[in-house]
Parts: sequence; structure tokens; C-alpha cells
Amino acid sequence: MIKVDKNFVQYSGSGEFRIRVGMGTCGLAAGADQVFEALKENIKKMEIRGTIVPVGCSGTCYLEPQIEISREGYPSAIYGNVNAANLPSILRSYLSGSVEGAVALREKLGVMKGEENVPLFDELDFNKHQIKRVTINCGKIDPESIDDYIATGGFTGLKKALSMKPEEVIDVVKASGLRGRGGAGFPTYLKWLICRQAVSEKKFVVCNADEGDPGAFMNRMEAESDPYRVVEGLITAGYAIGAHEGFFFVRAEKPLMALRLRKAVEEARKRGFLGENILGSGFAFDVQVILSAGAFVCGEETAMIAAIEGRRAMPRQRPPFPATKGLWDYPTNINNVETLAQVPVIFQLGPSKYSEVGSEKSKGTKVFCIAGKVRRTGAAEVPIGTPIRKLVFDIGGGVYEGRKFKAVQTGGPSGGCLPEKFLDLPLDYESLQAAGSIMGSGGIIVLDDEVCTVDIAKYFLTFTSAESCGKCTPCRVGTKVMLSILTRISEGDGEMGDLEKLRKLAESMRDTALCALGQGAPNPVITTLRYFEDEYVAHIRDKVCPAGVCPISKKVK
Amino acid sequence: MLQEIQSRFNHIPLESMLEVSEKMGIPLSDIYGVATFYHQFRLKPQGRHLISVCMGTACHVKGSQAIYDLLRQRLGIKGDEETSPDGMFTVQKVRCMGACSLSPALRIDGDIYGKVKPEILDTILHKYSRVLG
Repeated sequence: MIKVDKNFVQYSGSGEFRIRVGMGTCGLAAGADQVFEALKENIKKMEIRGTIVPVGCSGTCYLEPQIEISREGYPSAIYGNVNAANLPSILRSYLSGSVEGAVALREKLGVMKGEENVPLFDELDFNKHQIKRVTINCGKIDPESIDDYIATGGFTGLKKALSMKPEEVIDVVKASGLRGRGGAGFPTYLKWLICRQAVSEKKFVVCNADEGDPGAFMNRMEAESDPYRVVEGLITAGYAIGAHEGFFFVRAEKPLMALRLRKAVEEARKRGFLGENILGSGFAFDVQVILSAGAFVCGEETAMIAAIEGRRAMPRQRPPFPATKGLWDYPTNINNVETLAQVPVIFQLGPSKYSEVGSEKSKGTKVFCIAGKVRRTGAAEVPIGTPIRKLVFDIGGGVYEGRKFKAVQTGGPSGGCLPEKFLDLPLDYESLQAAGSIMGSGGIIVLDDEVCTVDIAKYFLTFTSAESCGKCTPCRVGTKVMLSILTRISEGDGEMGDLEKLRKLAESMRDTALCALGQGAPNPVITTLRYFEDEYVAHIRDKVCPAGVCPISKKVK
Repeated sequence: MLQEIQSRFNHIPLESMLEVSEKMGIPLSDIYGVATFYHQFRLKPQGRHLISVCMGTACHVKGSQAIYDLLRQRLGIKGDEETSPDGMFTVQKVRCMGACSLSPALRIDGDIYGKVKPEILDTILHKYSRVLG
């Protein structure tokens, strides 16, 4: 997909400069590939001795395209919104010994002009509330270099785990309090334990990298920017359970993630982290990367199993759970990318240090993605239980000038819209569920007064009705009927009785649908009806869309 | 296997499905079922360039539908069709490609464009038409 030739301009010696370019999907979307080309040209023209390193995403997506210039003995400087036009002056300025124009510095050494005026990267409003654990390397290390990962302490967690008995590994994970980061929040140790205890000649572990929630891109960022960490987590899981084969199931919409994971698996194999007798422990384990052909329902564990087996991705009745009967009927453990990325952290820090942050019921950190109508977009890692307000306003900088905050949408298509009064709600599994939404994979979309909540509900039902696999009636028919009612309302043909119909339908879907897709599908409708009923009423009774979004408002014009 | 067929032919022709069915002893209905279930597979030939318009939530609230509509209009794509009459471009909706922080986003072949505005669509399209002469 992208062509990156590393170390292409290494004149004499090791190269004085190291210039990192953020080339994750968000960087590329902002034009990082043009910046990369311009860098090559300029560096040659200016005869700069150095290396250009394509790195992943540092979370501060709003600054993309972003570059970081480092030189031994000098502070590393980060520049945002770089383009081919402003690049030469940035380079010249840094070469002349000034950091003016930089957004942030990695460290202050008092040797360059203007250092006092530029904040430290970790002290930017976007970063200072974060505790970076799984994202610590993101945007810093070369994601394709196993040596870069090892230099930051990579694989030390695995070494520790391999020196223990598998049961002890599970105990450590239990003591850490880690819960699944994919959305459901199931205790990770328990999943591992059930699978460990299942008696079978063969077992599998799968990394769910089929990140499909619109608005969630943390898995993409983690696996694109620091893929070895996820590989390390998967090997540890394999060891704990007693599996010798693993899979990465990657969403085809996110090709760079697949590329990076493939490369990481290859390198890890070369270095003896995968294969027979890993690190002399006698444990054998290997991994394959599989591309999903694209169906939202694949995120459901039993549907994913069907997809890996080459069938239509339709969920089935549980139990039996995959932990006892999964891939080709063998016990299978499935964990999300971020869950696995947390595992090396647990073994590096030790479980008690790990669980020092977080809420009472959920320990550790979680990466949240902030997007939508908000000033600073990106991915931020904070302790679980951090209030929504902190994320949206302190980190994200709030809504745009002149706009009014309306709601946050969390948890993707199975989540809901929460209005202003919930801003102090802690972001954890239980609190969000009590408010009618879910934490899900951690996508947070900020909505302002230009967004219509009826339209948002309609949007999600368009999504879920198209993505319903069609196996069970409540979901297949329920989503269609809900969508047609919402469409009617948005066009100005709604009736007051529709609201009651929606509520009843929502209830029966939640109670009777086969899997989480159908059970969660009514959530966007339930929450918007509960918190923004006035907007529905305006569409139905007054025939207006207050935000001016729905087709109804075009009719009047 | 269907993924390999698709990457070779750009779509999955009926003949290939028949061949797979025959050689592997799988009923054609099963293969058709899989091919129509997943978004990635297309049964009709695709244009030379594939434009994927992101329909994620963040893109939705920032106007991706308008961009999709405008693209189809510019390329003269009508009704149920996805490909322009000259066979140059296929426009499809995708479910979020994880560039939410730079919404609205679209992808043309391997290149991703973020913060797309209706005004710059023509410039982007032009780049691809010109490559082909």
C-alpha cells in the first residue's frame, strides 16, 4: 500500500538526524505521504545527514501530518500540520538552532533558541491528562523494527510469563483485574481459565482485530504503531491456555494494520519469539494473519469463528461458549487487540502496580477515540473511570467556537447518545450501561447543536439493518421496521404513536435477539428517545427538524 | 479462496464460482451465500479506480453523505449502479476506515484523503483521470 524505503539517505556515519513522520492511517489521510516525499527531497538538497523513520500515530491526530526532528545533544521537536510548503522553513529553523514554530518538545535542554516558549509534548492539553501504557511507544518507535520494540523493554513481559507455570500466569492476570477491552468487559483471566481447563488435544487463541465500530480506531492505532506488543500479548495468552496456534483476524478496511501485524509476526518468528521452543522454554506457538472479508457481525465471537472457518459469519446460540467449543469445535480463546496489548504491561509492571489506576471494578487504562464535532481529535489513553467531561473538554478541547455541546455517542452502533447531564459520568462498563449506553470499544463521537439525534438514530439503524446477518427474526425484521419508522419521522410523516411503537420494538429486540448486534441495535433509539424526546416530537408534531438536517427541513424550503 | 479470486479479477465472476463449486464439491448456493454475505466481495466488475467513501459516525456528522451524492453525480452514476458509465470509477460506501479523527474521509485505491470538502473533490478526481490520460 505505501512504499517506505527506510534508511535511504544515510550519508556517512550513523546519521546525525532522525526525523520521524507519523504515517499511520490518520497521518496518511492528512497527507503524510506527500510530507515524506518532500522530506526526502529537502534532506538531499540541504545535505542533512540523517534517517527518516516512518512511525505510527502518536494519538494527536489533530496535529497530523506530524513530524519529529531529533539530533543527539539537542531536544527533539515535534511539528504539526506540516506540508510540502512549510517543511523547508521548519528544517532550516531547526538546523539554525531554533525550535520556534514547533508544537512541542520531547525534552528541554536549554540549548536551542525558543525552548522556553514551546511546551513539552507530555504537557500539551491533549496529553497531560493521559497515562500512556499501551500507547507509550505509539508514534515514537519504528513499528516495523523489532529492535526498537525490544529497546523499549519489549518481550520482557513474555520472558517473565514463560518463567512461570501457565496457571500462575492466569493468576497474575486475575490479580491485575484486567477486563476485556473489546466492549463486554468480561474478566480476561476467567476466559483464559475456562479455556485452560477445557480438555482437548488442540486449542486456539484468536486476536480480534476486526475493529468495526464506526468511530473506534484505537485497535488500528495500537496495531499499526506498536504491533509487537499485540504479538507478545497473544503469545502470552497462548502459553497460559496451552494453545500452539493463534490467529489475527483483521478487518480488510484497515489494510495497514494487517500489513504491520504480518511483518511483526515474520520478524518475531525470525528472532525465536514464535516457533518451536520459544526462548528456550520448550513452548511452541505460531500465528497466522487472516483478513476479514468485511461484515460487522464478525466482531461477535461465534460469528468470527464461522468466518475464520470460511463460512458465512452468522452467530450461533451460546453456550457452548468458544472457550469450550470454538474453532473447528476446539476450545478457543478470543481477545481484543487492546486487551492483548495490556498483557505485556501487566507482566512488566506487576499486577499490583498495574491495578493502581482505574475504577473499583475495572483496573488499568483504556484508549478512547475522540472524533466528531470536537476541536482536538485523536486517541487518548486514560484510567478507566475518567469522567466523560475530562475527555471531551480537557483533552478534546470541547466543541467548535460558537457551537453548543449536545451529546456524546459512545459504544458505536450498540451504544447510545448521552446528553450534557451525564458529562460527569465515569467512563467504565457499569456506569455507561446504567445510563443506557455502553463503553464498547471506546469510540466517543461528540455531537453539537448542528447534529439531529433523530438522524443519528436513523443512521445507526441504517447501519445495523444492513449489517444484521439475517439469522434471527428480532434483529432482521426489527431493525428494518425501526428504520422505516425513523425514516418516516425524518421525512415529516411520523405520528405520535410511532414513539410508543419504537419503545416496544426496542424492548423486544433487546430481550430476544440472538447476539449482541441485535440486542444492542435499539440502544441508539432508546437513548435518543429517552434524552431527546423533544426532538422527535418536533419532527412529528411541528414538522421541523430543529438542527435542519433531516429531509423534512428540505421539504419546507 | 474467494479473496484470491477477487484480487485477481477485481470481482467474482459466476464462472469462478461454478469452478470452485465443481472442484471442491461445495454447492454453488453455499458459495454464492458467502460471496453475497461479505461487503468485500463484488459480483459485478469494478471500475479502474475504486473510491470508498467512509460512512462512519464521525464522517456522517461531518457530511459524508453529501460527498457521496456529489461524487455519484459528478461521475454520472445512476440508480443501483456503482460504476461510472465509462468504467473508470466505482464508488462504494464503507463502514468506517478508522480515520475518524480526520473525517470526512475517503479512499481511492490505496490513497486515503482526510477532511474532504465538496470543493476539492474535482481536484482529487482530476488526479486520477489524468493518470490515465
